[in-house]
Amino acid sequence: MISRKIVLHFPRRLVDRPLVYHLIKDYNLEFNILKAQVTPAEEGLMVLELKGKQEDYDKGIAYLQDAGVIIDSLSQNVARNEQRCTHCGACITICPTGAFELDPVTRKTRFLDKKCIVCGLCIKGCPPRAMEVHF
Amino acid sequence: MARTVEEINEKIKKGNVVVFTAEEIIGVVKEKGLKKAAEEVDVVTTGTFGPMCSSGAYLNIGHSNPRIKLGGGKSYLNDVPAYAGFAAVDLFIGATAMPDDDPRNRNHPGEFNYGGGHVIEELVAGKDIRLEATAYGTDCYPRKRLETWINLRDLNEAVLFNIRNSYQNYNVAVNLSNKTIYTYMGILRPDAANANYCSAGQLSPLLNDPLYKTIGIGTRIFLGGGVGYVAWQGTQHNPTALRGENGVPRRGAGTLAVIGDLKQMSPQWLVGTSFMGYGTTLTVGIGVPIPILSEEILKYTTVTDEEIYAAIVDYSDAYPHMKPTIVGEVNYAQLKTGKITIQGKKVPTASFSSYSKAVEIATTLKDWIKSGKFELTQPVAPLPGVESGYTFKPLKERRIEHTNNS
Repeated sequence: MISRKIVLHFPRRLVDRPLVYHLIKDYNLEFNILKAQVTPAEEGLMVLELKGKQEDYDKGIAYLQDAGVIIDSLSQNVARNEQRCTHCGACITICPTGAFELDPVTRKTRFLDKKCIVCGLCIKGCPPRAMEVHF
Repeated sequence: MARTVEEINEKIKKGNVVVFTAEEIIGVVKEKGLKKAAEEVDVVTTGTFGPMCSSGAYLNIGHSNPRIKLGGGKSYLNDVPAYAGFAAVDLFIGATAMPDDDPRNRNHPGEFNYGGGHVIEELVAGKDIRLEATAYGTDCYPRKRLETWINLRDLNEAVLFNIRNSYQNYNVAVNLSNKTIYTYMGILRPDAANANYCSAGQLSPLLNDPLYKTIGIGTRIFLGGGVGYVAWQGTQHNPTALRGENGVPRRGAGTLAVIGDLKQMSPQWLVGTSFMGYGTTLTVGIGVPIPILSEEILKYTTVTDEEIYAAIVDYSDAYPHMKPTIVGEVNYAQLKTGKITIQGKKVPTASFSSYSKAVEIATTLKDWIKSGKFELTQPVAPLPGVESGYTFKPLKERRIEHTNNS
């Protein structure tokens, strides 16, 4: 059993196709929707956590890609620029999932990208603008 | 055992000066006792790295051919307006200035991506900056337009001059309303869902010399990665703020106006900063050395986070409407645990002042002193102290009557 968080980019023509339904029905994958939105350009963005057998997961991803969905791994999407981060600690309470933690000894902040759900609050909330998102 | 600054500087020159940071000194005095430590320790270094809005720099760009008089005209550095109310080629760029077309809070909360603080950071980093200026032209300064790249290395003077920095303590901000608010103390979620603070606490310069016995006008400091000086008290200097029995203020009290040559500073310690819904500013690194001239002065430097209290202030209503009521008081040790209790509820805390960077500054200043390249100074004049009666007054608005002629 594997678990992966992925970012799906749906082009305009696919926005009203029930692709996630087929992932579950045809490929036996458990899903958790972390984020779903239709952007002003009428493109779809979805952040999904998928769980299942490796072979079902691979087939499911192939299905989505054949349909025209662009898939990114989540941790590639939000990154911290270590040069700009001043370890002020403002991010700690901005983040709704606790993806930032403060080391109690060094008082430096750590970004735990595995907890990130790409909500985007830290991007504009970080005072030195050390957080970057690439969609 | 009274020691003098001259004696300390002799030891610095000889290379046998004894220096500790304001964090290390706590343990040193606990171990050796105050008397013995005061005999041995010459200097305690302090540090702070946080957003300080009343910051800026003045520049002399050098004369063009034909000459131009920027004063009285309009000048922009990377589209950010610079103040041109001085002589021909002198400009001032402030940290909170923004491009004319920045939307600010038209679509609340605004992003405030770029402003004077960012220009200063880029200037210090050695980047080319676009200067665009218009002038009204005179016989002696006939030119009316100037567009040129400028760079720190080519400027005559580039001087960081921050009219208020290094606040001696500050508020802890919460939001008691039912809507998220965006402030200079960060994003504050409703019903006191989070609390933000901004102080280096036990490492903070003025909290280690609470009655300004050693820090004064002319004190040499670490500023923005280079050497600077205390020029004056900062704006809103408030020595008569509420203090505890240990002399340490429990509210925002003293402030410093600091000055230094921008050309020997570093973008690591002068960082352009954005506060959503609020504006742009500059995060400044400052470190002040405290000469241990007496046991009393050493005692002040052993202050701990636990002994420094701050007021919890509601930024949704009390702060904007100048109401003196506070939600409570809390000390910095409690704030640094990550959670404080407000009206029976556990509230997560976050800081805007980077403690780890403050440690780095105090340590760097310690190294400079130990290596002989930084000597201490005796202030040439004191900062207004508690006895001066100096207070921080609110504005008394006086209506301007308009007659038919005005």
